[in-house]
Amino acid sequence: MPRKQIAKFSVQHLQVLDENGKLDAKLEPNLSENELLEMYRWMRLARGFDERMLKLQRQGRLGTFPPNTGQEAISIPVALAMKEKDWFVGAFRELGGRLIRGEPMTSSLYYYNGWEEGNILPDKELRILPTSVVIGCQIEHAVGLAWASRYKGEDAAAVCFIGDGGTSEGDFHEGLNFAGVWKAPVVFIVQNNQWAISIPRESQTNSQTIAQKGIAYDIPCLQVDGNDPLAMHVAITEALDRARKGEGPTLIEAVTYRLMMHTTADDPTKYRTEEEEKRAWEKEPLLRFNKYLKDKGFWDDAKEEALLSEVKAKIEEAVKEFESPLEWQQDEPFKHVFGTEHPVITQQHEDFLANVKREADHG
Amino acid sequence: MAKLNMVQAINLALHQEMAKDKDVIVLGEDVAVDGGVFRLTEGLLDEFGKDRVLDTPLAESAIIGTSIGMAMAGLKPVCEMQFSGFSYLMMGQFEAHATRMRARTHGQFTVPMVIRMPFGGGVRALEHHSESREATYAHLPGAKVVIPSGPRNARALLLAAIRDPDPVVFMEPKHSYRAFREEVPDQEEVMPLGKSQVVQEGTELTLVSWGAMMRPTLKAAAQVEKEHGTSIEIIDLLTISPMDSDTVVESVTKTGRCVVVQEAPRSFGVSSEITARINDKAFLYLEAPVRRLTGFDVVTPYFGREKSYLPNVPRVVHAIEETLKF
Ligand SMILES: Cc1ncc(C[n+]2csc(CCOP(=O)(O)OP(=O)(O)O)c2C)c(N)n1
Ligand SMILES: [Mg+2]
Repeated sequence: MPRKQIAKFSVQHLQVLDENGKLDAKLEPNLSENELLEMYRWMRLARGFDERMLKLQRQGRLGTFPPNTGQEAISIPVALAMKEKDWFVGAFRELGGRLIRGEPMTSSLYYYNGWEEGNILPDKELRILPTSVVIGCQIEHAVGLAWASRYKGEDAAAVCFIGDGGTSEGDFHEGLNFAGVWKAPVVFIVQNNQWAISIPRESQTNSQTIAQKGIAYDIPCLQVDGNDPLAMHVAITEALDRARKGEGPTLIEAVTYRLMMHTTADDPTKYRTEEEEKRAWEKEPLLRFNKYLKDKGFWDDAKEEALLSEVKAKIEEAVKEFESPLEWQQDEPFKHVFGTEHPVITQQHEDFLANVKREADHG
Repeated sequence: MAKLNMVQAINLALHQEMAKDKDVIVLGEDVAVDGGVFRLTEGLLDEFGKDRVLDTPLAESAIIGTSIGMAMAGLKPVCEMQFSGFSYLMMGQFEAHATRMRARTHGQFTVPMVIRMPFGGGVRALEHHSESREATYAHLPGAKVVIPSGPRNARALLLAAIRDPDPVVFMEPKHSYRAFREEVPDQEEVMPLGKSQVVQEGTELTLVSWGAMMRPTLKAAAQVEKEHGTSIEIIDLLTISPMDSDTVVESVTKTGRCVVVQEAPRSFGVSSEITARINDKAFLYLEAPVRRLTGFDVVTPYFGREKSYLPNVPRVVHAIEETLKF
């Protein structure tokens, strides 16, 4: 009996706006001037805020944090395409997306300065999950949220982010498999920024693309230029549409680059060259989007300048609030161990307060 | 003899043991090119090459699972969990196989491997980067758990751990990584596992601690000795499991009073075990209840609040004074 081919797969790549700002007009999404400018404004704000946080960290006014610079064209178009009831499940490089979903700017500042208060949303119904430090776990949470949304008849999807490194964790594969089996309304977005701390993408996985990992679970997948906000808009719109129509999950590999250090505790000169970084800067998303908007006649230098000062004012306002005196209690953690009281915790709470008081009395 | 910090001392142990034994393999996330996020494995790739120093994909379970395979085949993997907070992703492999293979096969297959992991608080890090969970591993039969407290014993214990025939969880108190230096002899020095150390002799009270808590413990003892002239015996546990009860019991038999200082949450922990063993073997010698100064049974707070949750010198002093007064 001859061997026969029983399955055949392919992976597509999508780019609408190339690194020089050149447009493929046939693929251009139907976005209004207002929508495009809104997207651009968020990208500028996210970039500016990221740069400001890096400065704060360097001045000792903020703890360790992972810069987002260069990855703005991923979470921002995605969050703008999401609906109110959709769940936003981040890893830790989705600053712009979080702000769009309604997380205050101060949240990131508090969070990266060591306060759980940075996780607390103004309203739980914003449906933003806290930062996921343990890589990979959030994938399965998103699948569960998506399943629950469908069960409750909510017509909502979950959108989940992860890094290229994260796709090596078992949780990534287990979660994708569940999503495939359950046809869960979920969109997985891999921010493939080429690095996982010092591990380059080609050492992370032997797969030719990350997108193709969806094929193993029969999940529609697409590789997208993640520095192209228009392509990302097209991809997420299709994926959310599919989820809402009950057609199940989608995997989007967004190809980008981590332009900065992994976190402020990292030194990339140990493992990559400056030339590589320089080449990546030439492809960064704001540059090409700015050019596109100018070509369309929607943008000019005067508007850019006005935006930059508007962004700066917003950031400074957030920093000011962040640096005003806190009224948060040291003993807050004792109130959130369990949802019910227990004498052991109550006793330890008292001991804790006694310690703090004794130390205050003795200076 | 050179003055090294703990990072350099552990790095020295790895260099020396890899040079000596070609079965020793180092693997983990960012351990090769980057030399480890804390630089513990710096220079190993250059010296021993990429067949012996492996940057792995990002997957804790696979790091341990493949190491178990390597160990059963006769190699001695020394793997790194980047932070102890991420080690739970390997727990299935560790509990189900690393700790059981010897018993399962009556010793035919064994798993001589070391899992190094930085742990503990006080470094202003993000969530999952500050916990002390040594009891979690110590509770597993078949697992050895070792915690050095300074550069010199870190080097000597790591050598013993690599040579040990069983899986050893080698927990490195990251707060002590660069906190101080010690003379570390060039020639190899090995300390036995399963043995604690009396670091200061005394007659009126026994202080027991381990890891990063040894520093506030020593300082507090010095302060009490100076203020009240109390003679304090101090024990550095070094190996958490299997625990050396004899040294503690012998000491308490002499002093009659004991304070245990532990960074980890209070309940079901190492200090509880020490107390139980004293109860078993030295109850009639006690002049005061064994006192435990510990962390709290709360989810480890982010670093904004962290400091008030860690045992510190004043709290150790207070615990000693209360025990002396009893
Ligand atoms: C389970 C787990 N293991 C290890 C780490 C330490 N760590 C933090 S970020 C990171 C690399 C992540 O790479 P990637 O998924 O590509 O995301 P990126 O940082 O590039 O956004 C590692 C190893 C972690 N946070 N969680
Ligand atoms: Mg990455």
